[in-house]
Amino acid sequence: MDRNHKYVLPILSFIVLAGLQISSFTAFAQGPGPGQRLPLPPIPLKSDTTHTLSQHFTPASAAQKAPDANGFIQRWLVLEPVKKDIVRNNIFTDNYLKTAFSADNFSGDYTTIPKNGETVRVGTQELKWYALDSKAFNFNLYHFTYAINKPKYGILVWLVTVIDCPEEIKNVRMAAGCNSGSLWWLNGQEALLLSGDRDMIADNGTSARLTLKKGKNIIRGVVINGPGMANFCVRFLDEKGSPVKNFRIRYE
Amino acid sequence: MKRIKEISLISFFVLWITQTVQAQIGRPFIHDPSTVAECDGKYYTFGTGGGGLISHDGWTWHGGGVRPGGGAAPDVIKIGDRYLVIYGATGGSPNHKGAILTMWNKTLDPKSPDFKYSEPVVVATSDGYEENDAIDPGVLLDPTTGRLWLTYGTYFGFTRLIELDPKTGKRKAGNKPVDVAIVCEASTLVFRDGWYYLLATHGSCCDGANSTYNVVVGRSKKITGPYLDNVGRSMLQGGGKMVVATRKGLIGPGHFGHIILENGVEKMSIHYEADLEQGGRSVLGILPVVWKDGWPVAGEKFKEGTYEIESVRRGYGLELAVDFTRMAVGPRGFGQPNNEPVKPIPAQQLADVMKNWPTGTIHLRIGDYMSRPHQQWTITDAPDTTGYLGGPYYKIVLAGTDRALAATADAEVITVPAFTGAPEQLWRIDQLTDGTYRILPKTVPDSGRKVALVSSGDSTPTLAEFDFNSDNSKWNFRIH
Repeated sequence: MDRNHKYVLPILSFIVLAGLQISSFTAFAQGPGPGQRLPLPPIPLKSDTTHTLSQHFTPASAAQKAPDANGFIQRWLVLEPVKKDIVRNNIFTDNYLKTAFSADNFSGDYTTIPKNGETVRVGTQELKWYALDSKAFNFNLYHFTYAINKPKYGILVWLVTVIDCPEEIKNVRMAAGCNSGSLWWLNGQEALLLSGDRDMIADNGTSARLTLKKGKNIIRGVVINGPGMANFCVRFLDEKGSPVKNFRIRYE
Repeated sequence: MKRIKEISLISFFVLWITQTVQAQIGRPFIHDPSTVAECDGKYYTFGTGGGGLISHDGWTWHGGGVRPGGGAAPDVIKIGDRYLVIYGATGGSPNHKGAILTMWNKTLDPKSPDFKYSEPVVVATSDGYEENDAIDPGVLLDPTTGRLWLTYGTYFGFTRLIELDPKTGKRKAGNKPVDVAIVCEASTLVFRDGWYYLLATHGSCCDGANSTYNVVVGRSKKITGPYLDNVGRSMLQGGGKMVVATRKGLIGPGHFGHIILENGVEKMSIHYEADLEQGGRSVLGILPVVWKDGWPVAGEKFKEGTYEIESVRRGYGLELAVDFTRMAVGPRGFGQPNNEPVKPIPAQQLADVMKNWPTGTIHLRIGDYMSRPHQQWTITDAPDTTGYLGGPYYKIVLAGTDRALAATADAEVITVPAFTGAPEQLWRIDQLTDGTYRILPKTVPDSGRKVALVSSGDSTPTLAEFDFNSDNSKWNFRIH
């Protein structure tokens, strides 16, 4: 979500006050005066901060993977981010999203399955696909972009995954949450649009009733975000709202 | 008499057209307010950037609060005879590196000789890389254990729970943070009836009238969670049931703080990102807390209007103790021919009945509500600048007249021919935690007693001590 403006005033205050800094942390007999800000105390790093995927993800293996205990799909082919100039997330109207997703697209074939490690061209950018399993129920794209040392804010990220169903499953709904806007397709058909300035909330939006075919089903998605932590989660729900778990996930 | 009708009608439309929902009055401009705290008869709240608001009555607010340290989004809790003030040092830095600090003061009144903050102590940090931003603290002193809990964090990852020492305000030795929610901010905890409630703000802030801030809640039997919403979704998955969202021109409520005034009377302090009536500024808001099916939800600041005042005791309506005037329409017998044209019957009018009423003091009753003029009450913000936590005093007059409800020195309730603005004619109206209302006179003449309008019998109103456990003390306002 876009809260960066929340900090403009404090940041400006800090800059001004830092210039006028008249005292040290310990010099305030009863704390600093009104409007004055303490310099932050030393804050040790609490974990590994190197740019590595292994902190939040594992490379997807060739073996099929089950959804997690709550049905969330943790395995995704993720494309490096398309850099976007986005100041605020509340610009993500339906029209904005459809226009942006159409313009910054790697393929108009929504059933195409990219290969892990291959690169594709989006506009002027050459971008690489990663096949990853998230260690959490959600797939945190901020962590992904940090790990590959790419822009973390103002990004558009394409996603693909494949699920294999042992039998046809009717009347399911794709359920997704994202920060901030996204669009999802199932087997080439548009299934769910999440527009606006959204938080990553499980089941924030659901599709119309869908049918998962016996065998291979291709999910394509795209998430866009300005300030804040780009993030998403996807699962399928049955007619009672319970998670669908009777499938396996692969990326090839 | 026709003129009275016209005045009444005009008054109604003027009220209807001009009615706006005010958050608070004075200069209640603040962002990220701390839970409103009372100190020596005055109310205080502190905001982002330092400083804070003070109110003598809880309705009119002005600047003057002093909270050093800058940063953002403080919270305040009274523990024993001291106040613990907690704040985030950074207000959320772009690199999400932050710290939560606590400090004590014996008083919140900057004019008091006892006003002196202790040196701030760091109780939590975020290193800029972890999935948490150490700002937006909220505290709960667990009434069952006496343990002091603090939640903090923003949309940048997780909201975390830590334990403080209520004697020192420092972090409990060995305590490790527990993740309790994701992608929300301005969290705080409430305990009620065996449940811990985690309230937090979702949506976006700081964009004026375009801010989508809203307060949601999940609950757990354990302080450490998981906090689930009304559909069983964990707040660690973004779950949350709505507590308060935008209402009319008050846009984007956030930063919930819980205030228990007495049994059955609870309020929330919040800020609205934008008050359209006040140039879109961020303002302090105070609303009743209503508990419905085990969930907190924002009640309503009382809205001016014309109502039946219904006693919850039996469901009768408050009325002038005057002769019942039959409507000039005879009953139609079942055996009569039924082929006459159907014509509407005009409702009984004030002018039709009031000519027979006494002109002086008239007593009150509670009776079968018949939608008659002696049973309808117009309630408006009194021409008086004083108020109480979350609302102004109201004048209550019989609709279409200036005949006003008034408390007497012997703790009874009457009507006087004309509203004079005397304090015994000013009424406080609080929505209670069960959604009903209590009605209290500002004063009882020659008495310091705090009493409420109650039903001593089905048909007899009086003034007596408020008792939340009795329907005698509760009223509803009905629009028919």
